[in-house]
Amino acid sequence: MFLSMNWIGDFVDLSGLDKKSLIKNFTLSTAEVEDIIEKGSDLSGVVVAKILSVENHPDSKKLHLLKVDKGDEIVDVVCGAPNVREGMKVALATVGGQIGEITIAPRKLAGYTSYGMCCSEAELGISDDNSGLWEITDDIALGTDIKEAYDIEDIIFEVDNKSLTNRPDLWSHYGMAREFSTLTGRELRKPDLLDVEQFASLPAVSVDVRSELCYRYSAIKVENVTRKVSPVNMRIRLYYCGSRAINFLADLTNYVMMELGQPMHAFDNAKVDKIEVQTFDKPFKFATLDGVERNIDENMLMITSGDIPVAIAGVMGGDASKIEEDTTSLLLESATFDGVSVRKTTTRLGLRTDSSQRYEKMLDPELCRVATERVLKIISECDEGARVISSYTDKYVKHYPTITLNFDKKYVDRYTGIEISNETIVKTLTALGFGVTLSGDDFTVVVPSWRSTKDVTIKADIIEEITRIYGYDNFEIFTSVSPLIPVRKEILKSEEDRMKDILVKSYRLHEVHSYIWSDKAKNDELGIETPDNVRIINAQTPDHAVLRRSMIPTLLAFAKENKSYSDSFGIFEIGHTVEGLRESGECNEQNKLGVVLYSKSEGEEALFMRARDIARELCCDILHTEPEFISADCEYGFQHPVNSFAITVGGEKIGYIGVPHPTVLENIDKKCAVAFVEIKTESFAKASVARAKYHEPSKFPTIEIDVTFTADVGAIVFGELVKSAKAAGGEMLREVMVKDIYTAEDGSSSITLRFSFASAERTLTKQELTPATDAIIAALASSSLALKA
Amino acid sequence: MQNKILELKSAFAAALAEASGAAALENLRVEYLGKKGHIASLMSELRFAEDKKAAGQLINDFKTEVTEAIERAVEELRAAAIAEKVRSAKKYNPTLKMHEELGSYHPITLATREVEDIFISMGFTIENYDEIVDDYKCFEALNIPKHHPARDMQDTYYLDNGQLLKTHTSAAQNYIMKKYGAPLRAIFPGRCFRNESTDACHENTFFQMEGMMIDENISISNLIYFMKTMLSEVFQRDVKVRLRPGFFPFVEPGFELDINCEICGGEGCPSCKNSGWLELCPCGMIHPNVLREGGIDTEKYSGFAFGLGLTRLAMMKYGVKDIRDFNSGSLKALSQFKSI
Repeated sequence: MFLSMNWIGDFVDLSGLDKKSLIKNFTLSTAEVEDIIEKGSDLSGVVVAKILSVENHPDSKKLHLLKVDKGDEIVDVVCGAPNVREGMKVALATVGGQIGEITIAPRKLAGYTSYGMCCSEAELGISDDNSGLWEITDDIALGTDIKEAYDIEDIIFEVDNKSLTNRPDLWSHYGMAREFSTLTGRELRKPDLLDVEQFASLPAVSVDVRSELCYRYSAIKVENVTRKVSPVNMRIRLYYCGSRAINFLADLTNYVMMELGQPMHAFDNAKVDKIEVQTFDKPFKFATLDGVERNIDENMLMITSGDIPVAIAGVMGGDASKIEEDTTSLLLESATFDGVSVRKTTTRLGLRTDSSQRYEKMLDPELCRVATERVLKIISECDEGARVISSYTDKYVKHYPTITLNFDKKYVDRYTGIEISNETIVKTLTALGFGVTLSGDDFTVVVPSWRSTKDVTIKADIIEEITRIYGYDNFEIFTSVSPLIPVRKEILKSEEDRMKDILVKSYRLHEVHSYIWSDKAKNDELGIETPDNVRIINAQTPDHAVLRRSMIPTLLAFAKENKSYSDSFGIFEIGHTVEGLRESGECNEQNKLGVVLYSKSEGEEALFMRARDIARELCCDILHTEPEFISADCEYGFQHPVNSFAITVGGEKIGYIGVPHPTVLENIDKKCAVAFVEIKTESFAKASVARAKYHEPSKFPTIEIDVTFTADVGAIVFGELVKSAKAAGGEMLREVMVKDIYTAEDGSSSITLRFSFASAERTLTKQELTPATDAIIAALASSSLALKA
Repeated sequence: MQNKILELKSAFAAALAEASGAAALENLRVEYLGKKGHIASLMSELRFAEDKKAAGQLINDFKTEVTEAIERAVEELRAAAIAEKVRSAKKYNPTLKMHEELGSYHPITLATREVEDIFISMGFTIENYDEIVDDYKCFEALNIPKHHPARDMQDTYYLDNGQLLKTHTSAAQNYIMKKYGAPLRAIFPGRCFRNESTDACHENTFFQMEGMMIDENISISNLIYFMKTMLSEVFQRDVKVRLRPGFFPFVEPGFELDINCEICGGEGCPSCKNSGWLELCPCGMIHPNVLREGGIDTEKYSGFAFGLGLTRLAMMKYGVKDIRDFNSGSLKALSQFKSI
């Protein structure tokens, strides 16, 4: 929103103060100023002048030769404007003067010297009208500097609308003036009004409010308004504040809205003579005054006249009842509609207006009458012939309650942490329009109507009023006084950090981030089916509508996209996935780790074994438990049917490792190997903190016995094997390891296991271990391990 | 006897001069000092000497002389060998860089850890929270009324089970308050989602870090102190902070916090839109309704909360120009973040 300092100056005298530093203070105390624009500062030497004569240029159809009276001198001017006319009063930029970047100097134009330039409104920066010369119709002495005659010089500042969402009172110059008045301690002047009491005896307007969505509807009729063009200063202000002057009647309601914040609508009284406010049962079409046909539904509040729709309440008037060039009588609406309803209507229509923006913020219904009285005052000043022909008809059906808040000085002290005197508190709140009663240290505060619609409702809101005006820059700052409490760590968070360290430092993987949804297009490219899951109902593309169940598909796509990065690399992501719904109907959200290893130089088995090592190290490091890898059915289509293994810890499945299905692999790259791991990281959060338990190391040497078995190595579950070996080998068997694996040309395979024995009491001999070794061999025979001859 | 010793002496001197290498020296040692060596045989002849004492002294002196000479020679030989090793050693070249791939952390992880460390040092708990929440957690518990624009479809991703993707980390406030009660100091980094089109400055998926401190007598003054201290740590300089009124339904009063622009030193430059200040994080005193929803006694306790844009912070810290790089999975971009 653009605001004019001249306009604000109508209500608070800011003379002698540096306006720019005032605007800076406004940023710190009220709302952010995004831009400050100086108007008219690049304009000088432009005076009111009169065209005495107009002659056609002998060689040019467009140019005219003028004699122009600039008060102290008659000068020759060559002019190309189409509307040039003898006797016309214009703004003349005189020699030595300045318009924007141009310095006016005597200039030859088609053989004739021009001593100045007659200006259009656009050239002076007071409107975008460049169609011809600006004709000055006011009675102003020739030679008067144009900047003295009109409010061309101004400082305009732009405030971010978003920072005003909770302040309906600030959507106007008057509301802003109240802030400046409070910030400077200067008095706030009331706007000039025309009291409507005087029309009480006139006939009322027929107004029927039939919906609760209308809080107040007031109307008054005025006839014989003949003025067509608004006063120059009014037009300049409208233009500077981002609006566009149309005609007097249209400008008037706009002007008062910008001044007081109350949107108003002027109906042509010839077409609209009575008013109803209602909603309809059925949808229908309605043409708004911008000429667009709109779909009205049963939730949208409408203004009707004899049940014929004439306006969308709070949004826009209808095309049929709008003010035309020849309109002279009007029915003036000043009303309050439900903010939420207006917002919903604008959203549904995709039509946001200056009016609807203000209603959305919950306007103060008290404004209706003031705004009407202000409009009438301006009409009376600008158009002597205009006459009010009805009483001020006011249906005030819903009042906001008056809000009274009680608090004491101690509360303010506690909340602010500093000392702000009672006197300052009273002064600040009073200046902002609050009714304040102080008794001892107890405050009773009555919230003004313009802050009561939603903005100030509790005593914490009052703190903001006091502190923002006090100035946060003026705060003394203190640290808190709080007891010392040990810091508790969220275990999953710490474990995830530990995983990242292991993966980056030990396995040199790269951490990546992707999205919580599946990327169907990428999945299709890889030949991965996107499994059904919870959906986003308003996804930006249908490809991103399904939430991901697994981390792996995106990581596979990333692997493919990074082929040119390096021959071998590994990536991982720790993030959230969803596995359908829980019984409660909520998403079954799971934290998962996904790892994908990619290589063009290593074989698939080697990569797979590295994936296995990663899973194992994570389990051993974080859960302090050896995981087991169990051949399992595929959970997802992208897994290889043969090489898919569940990772289990203590019998519970925590994830899987594997390699991609050949189809998927081929889609990634024909000459590469890929392996992956996916683990539910929540399993790691359950880790009991394993305290290291100390075992006195044996002082006696360890005896290692290697035994070779023939076996189907691929079918061995090593964990099971170790278990039965330990059960058979007795307590002196400390460790079982794979020493070697051999596959013969005929496909038969053998495995050499190393059994390590040690005793805490004495040195063992190989002979005495023979029974234990035999027992182990016997036990393993039942796991299809035969002693190799 | 004496003559014999003199002969041996000169013979030894000649032999020593001739001896080269460790083996020759060892032979010489055995020849003279060994059990059957010259010295031993001199000793055995001692009993025949006229003046036994003088002769014995001579033999001993000779033995010492021989012993020392051999030791000296052995030592010289060893020193020469070491010197030769040094002389002939291969010179290595550490400047030759071989490609050795290191792992890397996501920049968000690095930025998060850096900030977390600061908070841990000030006694804050680090929390973790879901990405999918319900309307209550994301809006209602935060005093965001039913028809607030923040709930609009254009900002929030809604799911077909009625839940939604959390639009801000503030959605965890209620959970954390209920989990710990007051007093409380906690931060919770997390991923947030906004339904908007992406460009170099906008992502639909980004990270924030929420922080809360609740205790008796927590004041606006404390908030300013805390934010200034925390941000000075984050940016490793003495930052100036500026608070402006800002409206967020879950705080009252609410602030926009600016820090002085480091690029221009506050003079005004394109980075700070000529204001000398950079808008960094919204904060404020937690709204009584929010505390109440979290089961906290508003008469006894007050608190402040803030939201730090982690993604934005990472962009500022590392000079990342395009926000989309973070979720691109491109290792050319991401593998640069190796250190921690």
